[in-house]
Amino acid sequence: MSESILRVENVTMQFGGVVAVDNLSIEVNKGEIVSIIGPNGAGKTTCFNVITGVYAPTNGAVYFADEKVIENHPQGKMKTMYKGQNAGKYTSVATPTPDRITNLGIARTFQNIRLWKSQTVFENVLIAKHMRRSSNLITAALHLNAKEERAMRDEADHLLEILNLQDVRNEPATSLPYGQQRRLEIARAMATHPKLLLLDEPAAGMNPQETKELTEFIARIRDEFGLTILMIEHHMDLVMDISDRIYVLDFGRPIAQGIPSEVQNNPDVIAAYLGVEEEEDA
Amino acid sequence: MKTSSPLSKQAARSRVPEIITGCIIVAIYLLVFVLEQVVSPGSMLFSVLKKGATYALVAASMNLLNGFTGLFSLGQAGFMLIGAYVYSIFTIPVEVRHSVYQYYDGGIIQHTLPFFIALILGGIVAAIFAWLIGLPVLRLKSDYLAIATLGFAEIIRAIFQWGFLGPITNGSNALRLFPNFDSMNIRQGGDPSAPVSIYFSTTSAFIIAGICIALIFMLVNSTYGRAFKAIRDDEVSAEAMGINLARHKMLSFVISSFFAGIGGGMLAMFMSTVQAKNFTSGMTYEILLIVVIGGIGSLTGSIFSAFLFVACSEWWLRFLDNEMFLTPPAKIQFIVVAIAIIAAISLLTYFRNRHASPKKRKRVYLLTGIADVLLLGWLLWFQFMGGYQMPLLRNGFRSVVFAVVIMTVVLFFSRGIMGTKELPDLIRDIGRSGQNLYHWLCGKRGTGKSLKGGANDV
Repeated sequence: MSESILRVENVTMQFGGVVAVDNLSIEVNKGEIVSIIGPNGAGKTTCFNVITGVYAPTNGAVYFADEKVIENHPQGKMKTMYKGQNAGKYTSVATPTPDRITNLGIARTFQNIRLWKSQTVFENVLIAKHMRRSSNLITAALHLNAKEERAMRDEADHLLEILNLQDVRNEPATSLPYGQQRRLEIARAMATHPKLLLLDEPAAGMNPQETKELTEFIARIRDEFGLTILMIEHHMDLVMDISDRIYVLDFGRPIAQGIPSEVQNNPDVIAAYLGVEEEEDA
Repeated sequence: MKTSSPLSKQAARSRVPEIITGCIIVAIYLLVFVLEQVVSPGSMLFSVLKKGATYALVAASMNLLNGFTGLFSLGQAGFMLIGAYVYSIFTIPVEVRHSVYQYYDGGIIQHTLPFFIALILGGIVAAIFAWLIGLPVLRLKSDYLAIATLGFAEIIRAIFQWGFLGPITNGSNALRLFPNFDSMNIRQGGDPSAPVSIYFSTTSAFIIAGICIALIFMLVNSTYGRAFKAIRDDEVSAEAMGINLARHKMLSFVISSFFAGIGGGMLAMFMSTVQAKNFTSGMTYEILLIVVIGGIGSLTGSIFSAFLFVACSEWWLRFLDNEMFLTPPAKIQFIVVAIAIIAAISLLTYFRNRHASPKKRKRVYLLTGIADVLLLGWLLWFQFMGGYQMPLLRNGFRSVVFAVVIMTVVLFFSRGIMGTKELPDLIRDIGRSGQNLYHWLCGKRGTGKSLKGGANDV
């Protein structure tokens, strides 16, 4: 059970003089659902962007399936500006582009939905299959890969069926309601055959009913596809319901971690996060 | 069971529009071939068709890059120049090289390749240049990429005119005497001086352009083409879904340049002489206009507007450049016919836009009104000024009218003639409108509403 799939080690992300993520370490084991929570600006999405290769971390390393994928240390001007810890611990540099990371088996969704606007629902899923192609440019352009093409289309249709998006298959992606667009983003991410799925606020903008369905759905895809899921979420119902473990971030620092009931009763968390939200709600 | 219904809908999707499209294409080729046998070969028609086919190919290649991959590049003239030079350098017959390269002792290249191998070689050399340029330049985005590629085209033009390269490029002198489209005509016994038995020059232009555009079309509809569209729509999520941005942008750039190179070779065949000074940035702008007017992201639109553009600029609007005199009976006939045409077009515009959004309707009506006032004013001026010379028609007026037409298209029909639709989509739409019209005529008013929608879509 405790086979590590993702290990974020001492990652610090500093933009100019601002430390967005400070010495963060996260471990996700195979088959788990792990949530990252924290108030706005806590560095949750930045953490995702580091894992998926959008940003190269200022210092630290990321391991995927016990293999080092990303590593960096302060260079150039950052050497003198660096405010984080563990300076000097990491010496080599490996900063693959996001598509390399996706190729390894980490797929993500976006906080602000980023579907391909001019494409239909079906095409959005189909395009994500492009990465796993075996045909080269010539065979694809001359349409000699009919078998693979049909397999891609069938798999895309199958995914739409699982996500219950078959009815809107040929609609433009942006014409869907918000909740369906979020589901489509998940379908698209799953089309890349990931082992680890990163969901950035999958329930944002959903009503309670949709959130409940999403909760069930996430648990279901974890079981059916053997996925591991790391997600950022603000809906506490969803987080507390399905998370195996939770990391709490505040001002880029991890302030607590553990199983949901532990985190819920952690005084630091209540002070930093839940307390503030209750005030806002009132 | 329920989920299978959209699938079966998909399977049952009619292939008829594709078949009709195929028939239309075959019919066009047959028509061109027959026309060529019947009409006098000196006719302006063939000149327009040949140049139109060339521009259609170059516009399609530019659309692949600008319309489908979202890379705004203005280097097309540069790649055409490379293609044109490579084609002509390798096809000038060895025995006439001395007269062509008269200042350079007949040049250093003394080989002649068959024309189609030279054409493809032109494309390949253009593609190699594109790869070299693309390495640094494709990191740039939008306007910056456009400026960098424009600069490249200017540099290439200067380099090819450089006297030092004269033994290869003939410096700033023209390359000529290479096989052009007229050499494609089949002559009795294969003797170049014998009379032509089958005219094939325009058809050959259509065949070359047709094959290349078909390849572009197939590419756009393959998994790579879909990846290009994803990059156009959203680079960040395309990369997050595992599409290697650098590789795919480079692919698109190189392929686009390859076909631009072949288009350049065709232009050389059309013009019969090649001189670097003709491949100005103005040529790139013409092609950009064709792409924009046809619809960014529609190959059909690019082809259609290429012919329209060439026909207008070389042929149909030529009369605007000549001073014209009409004597009394012809004068009044002309005015009556002109008013009838203006009225018909205005009414058509009115009826087509009846159900458009109020904002669009207002704009279109205003525009039509202004155009009507101007045209009628011109006719009245002609009628009551006295004299028989038509007002305004003189050398250079064509450019003014052309510019106004283009500005109108860009301002008011910014999605171009076709939007992002291809011919089969258009036929599908027309079919749907026809069906609605049929239902409507049969009294099934329920579908009347979608008729309006359909009519606006087309």
